[in-house]
Amino acid sequence: MTAVTDVSEPQGMTWTAVCAEQAVVPGGGVAALLPDDQQVAVFRTVDDEFFALSNIDPFCGAAVLSRGILGDSEGVPFVASPMLKQRFDLRTGSCLDDDSVAVAGYPVRLRDGIVHVGSP
Amino acid sequence: MVPSPGVPKTLVVVGNGMVGHRLVEAVRAEDTGGSWRVVVLAEEPRPTYDRVALSSYADSWDASGLELDRADYAGDDLVELRLGDAVTVVDTERRTVTTGSGHEQAYDALVFATGSRPFVPPVTGHDLPGCFVYRTIEDLDAIRAAAEHSASVRGRRAGMVVGGGLLGLEAAKALRDMGLSPHVVEMAPRLMPLQIDDGGGALLRRLVADLDVTVHTGTSTERIERDGDRMFAKLGNGTELDVDLVVFSAGVRPRDDLARAHGLAVAERGGILVDSSCRTAVPDVYAIGECAAVEGRCYGLVAPGYSMAEIVAAQLLGRDGTFPGADLSTKLKLLGVDVASFGDVHASTEGALEVVVNDAVSGTYKKLVVSDDAKTLLGGVLVGDASDYNLLRPLVGRALPAEPASILAPSGGAEGGVGVDALPDEAQICSCNAVSKGAINEAILAKGCDTVASIKGRTNAGTGCGSCVPMLSKLLDSCGVEQSTAVCEHFSQSRAELFEIVHATRITTFSELISRHGTGKGCAICKPAVASILATLAPLIGTPNHILSGEQATLQDTNDRYLANLQRGGTYSVVPRIPGGEITPEKLMVIAEVARDFGLYTKITGGQRIDLFGATVDQLPLIWRRLVDAGMESGHAYGKALRTVKSCVGSTWCRYGVQDSVGMAIELELRYRGLRSPHKIKAGVSGCARECAEARGKDFGVIATENGWNLHVGGNGGAMPRHAQLLASDLDSETLIRTIDRFLMFYVRTADRLQRTAPWIEEMEGGLGHLRAVIMEDSLGICDDLDAAMAKHVGDYADEWRGVLEDPEKLSRFSSFVNAPGAPDPTISFRTEREQKVPVLLGVPEVVSR
Ligand code: SRM
Ligand SMILES: Cc1cc2nc3c(=O)[nH]c(=O)nc-3n(C[C@H](O)[C@H](O)[C@H](O)COP(=O)(O)OP(=O)(O)OC[C@H]3O[C@@H](n4cnc5c(N)ncnc54)[C@H](O)[C@@H]3O)c2cc1C
Ligand code: SF4
Ligand code: FES
Repeated sequence: MTAVTDVSEPQGMTWTAVCAEQAVVPGGGVAALLPDDQQVAVFRTVDDEFFALSNIDPFCGAAVLSRGILGDSEGVPFVASPMLKQRFDLRTGSCLDDDSVAVAGYPVRLRDGIVHVGSP
Repeated sequence: MVPSPGVPKTLVVVGNGMVGHRLVEAVRAEDTGGSWRVVVLAEEPRPTYDRVALSSYADSWDASGLELDRADYAGDDLVELRLGDAVTVVDTERRTVTTGSGHEQAYDALVFATGSRPFVPPVTGHDLPGCFVYRTIEDLDAIRAAAEHSASVRGRRAGMVVGGGLLGLEAAKALRDMGLSPHVVEMAPRLMPLQIDDGGGALLRRLVADLDVTVHTGTSTERIERDGDRMFAKLGNGTELDVDLVVFSAGVRPRDDLARAHGLAVAERGGILVDSSCRTAVPDVYAIGECAAVEGRCYGLVAPGYSMAEIVAAQLLGRDGTFPGADLSTKLKLLGVDVASFGDVHASTEGALEVVVNDAVSGTYKKLVVSDDAKTLLGGVLVGDASDYNLLRPLVGRALPAEPASILAPSGGAEGGVGVDALPDEAQICSCNAVSKGAINEAILAKGCDTVASIKGRTNAGTGCGSCVPMLSKLLDSCGVEQSTAVCEHFSQSRAELFEIVHATRITTFSELISRHGTGKGCAICKPAVASILATLAPLIGTPNHILSGEQATLQDTNDRYLANLQRGGTYSVVPRIPGGEITPEKLMVIAEVARDFGLYTKITGGQRIDLFGATVDQLPLIWRRLVDAGMESGHAYGKALRTVKSCVGSTWCRYGVQDSVGMAIELELRYRGLRSPHKIKAGVSGCARECAEARGKDFGVIATENGWNLHVGGNGGAMPRHAQLLASDLDSETLIRTIDRFLMFYVRTADRLQRTAPWIEEMEGGLGHLRAVIMEDSLGICDDLDAAMAKHVGDYADEWRGVLEDPEKLSRFSSFVNAPGAPDPTISFRTEREQKVPVLLGVPEVVSR
């Protein structure tokens, strides 16, 4: 993994190149490790939008969100945890089934076919 | 008497049966001001339970299945329940009662709810050890102990039931469940003489004879003798029976002795005499339930008892109440045979006419009793198929909506024009709780109930025997409430409809299906459901036949996506298939070595195979490489698919076995492995009726007989355990397999998402009879299709794990981190317990709160 510091987009972000675009299949997700051992889940919707959330399911503590099923509910794109099926908004990380809970979201950008995840 | 506010008065209830309990519930529900304190004095050692369902106790021997809601009155300070201490003295002058243990209790109001006792005819030998009655949990425990004792000393054989009424047949079923061949002895010329007529009785006799119940009608029991562990019964017709035990079930007698001994009047034929408000002649003393003779008449059913409880509760709280009379209609399943009777069964009304359809071929008997002008329904009897009961019973005393004969014609209910719409508002839909059609419609239309569950909650309808539940959903339909069968917000179709769409259109991808027949992008409900349909139909429509091919991989639940079961903590388990539970020492050694080398926690499962826990995603292919190389394959423990076919050791080794149950189990497991289905499928094969493989707890269960195999369907464990029902007897192996093929294919095509076979059969119109007609008599003409589909499935089967190992693309998905393959997941760690590794439970991380 390579970490690059970028000054253009959100200030002070560390961008980590995690994988090639085609390593994430449309409608699927992968897990990646950030330099500080944070685990992120990177998703690609069937419309080819990329999102990243913390990989850790806050309800059970396991690092599994990248293995969840993607979908949408009334237009909101989500991932459903494979553990107990709670859904998280891909854009914000907030849980659709319990509005007191959310997971951290990470910015994602594509550069030359490579997926980069930003962390503060 | 109406108590004044302030200090509560004391209501003493003698007897804690179902009716006494209902009284306490009714008083406590309405008496919000706490004007009554209730003391319940009970003879039985345990809180009230569902006596009506007593026979089901013999299915599981788990008394908790009979528990009634709030039976222990926990948390209610105004109810005191004293168990195991019968009332022995009643002093209506001093207004006290005294129990056997000497506890004296004063009362302001006293209610007898002492029920009945079984009647034991004074036959010589009726009091020998080995003679039982059938009324309480303790009675069943005693019968079971005797059956087990006799099994241990002489091999289980036969039991005799004295009495061929409703309870006698229930007792016969319980004996059969205990492995005894029942003999039923009835004095009257037919079974269930009170409820049904000769024609119905004759059919019932034939149907139960098919179920290993020998019926002796028109004869008395003369004498019972005991010789060591055997019992001999001599019948009036000269027959001698050699049995292990005898159960008396020859009617009940009201328990009026306590009241009688303390000066209360009893009716001529027994029962504590009360008026139409359930009051005895002594002020503030009432009697309800089976012990009460309301205006001289006793009622042996629970519903009339409940209405007595309600009217006494009303009076205690200052309202009026009169017994409305009782509906003695009954509908039951006896030994799996439907029997229903209602209204004037015996056509005793002046000028009454009978219309009978007796179909010996399909095994149904239906009779309607109508008025002399054939316009008004007076009563009826249904045997073999009682599906019209719910619609006919409420019509008693009313104009018939169609010609009687057309109503009785096959599936007449609908075609003959008797629908819920034909019922008047006053018609009682739920007889257990006396709820009318009008009340249910009001709950739907005015109170906004839009599901069966919400109707139950608001009206109580459907919370007793449950037989009216189908009517509740018909009423919802007729009020225009759509009960959604939609899979989810993306598909308005049911699973079965989606199956048909995919089958007919040969659409092979989710994205095409949702764009043509759904909306949005899908979700965690519809995606796995469609993935399962695509997998089942793969051999027929040409879906890529590996469930992880292309887009299909993203539809799968995590278990299917990684071909392993996800555990808490995020690791996975590995379960190789061990067909029928038979395994060579060599394969066992490979499993042991794999477990040791990868440090996997090892456990024998409830499904006769071995589960290896604690593998990480990236270890899965390495583990499976070793297993596949040793000749093993996926056990689909992760899939909604065939899990295991459990077997007993069978005739090869077992002294009792009559067929090779292991061989059959292996054949079945290999045949159906990999079949994707609405829910998981489990099966069992036992080598004889001792049933060591617990086949009747499975979706399909095969039990060997001298002549072949009995096939049972629709069993499961889980939260709602069900015993499988007998579908067909004495099948040869080929017919057995063909029947199971069709059973499974029909299930896979028509069941709902996550619906196991038992609820599928229950919700099927016509139930088991319909299922039998479809798959054994080809009533829908689809059997060829089902057979062909199964043949395709069997021919196309390939091991999923081998498929992954042979495909680098699929293999690449089994990595922990896309940017650091092989790096361990830092959240997973293990410790040691009983010499094996177990996961360290995760502290739940701090969540971002909004
Ligand atoms: C491993 C095992 C327990 C054991 O250590 O013995 C087990 C483990 C699980 N069972 Fe089970 N069941 C196991 C035998 C049973 C049995 C007994 C049997 O099969 O003879 C039953 C009752 C019989 C039945 O299913 O009718 C059983 C009834 C359930 C149910 C309730 C099903 C129902 O219809 O209500 C679930 C939940 C479900 O499937 O939705 C369940 C679900 C599960 C799951 C898959 C829960 C989950 O999703 O994580 C467990 C997976 C454990 C894992 O990570 O590997 N398990 N489970 C058994 C595996 C058997 C096998 O070899 O495949
Ligand atoms: C196997 C079986 C199947 C049945 N199936 C059906 C059915 O399908 N449909 C139907 O409607 N009905 C059915 N019944 C009948 C139904 O169970 C009874 O009508 C109902 O239970 C009567 O309730 P109860 O409270 O009046 O009497 P019980 O349930 O008999 O309760 C009376 C209680 O009072 C106690 N008692 C007696 N004397 C004293 C005393 N002196 N002091 C303290 N306690 C005392 C008894 O121990 C008992 O617990 C069935 C009954 C049986 C046994
Ligand atoms: S069920 Fe099987 S193991 Fe059990 S007694 Fe019969 S043949 Fe033997
Ligand atoms: S008729 Fe028994 S619950 Fe409604």
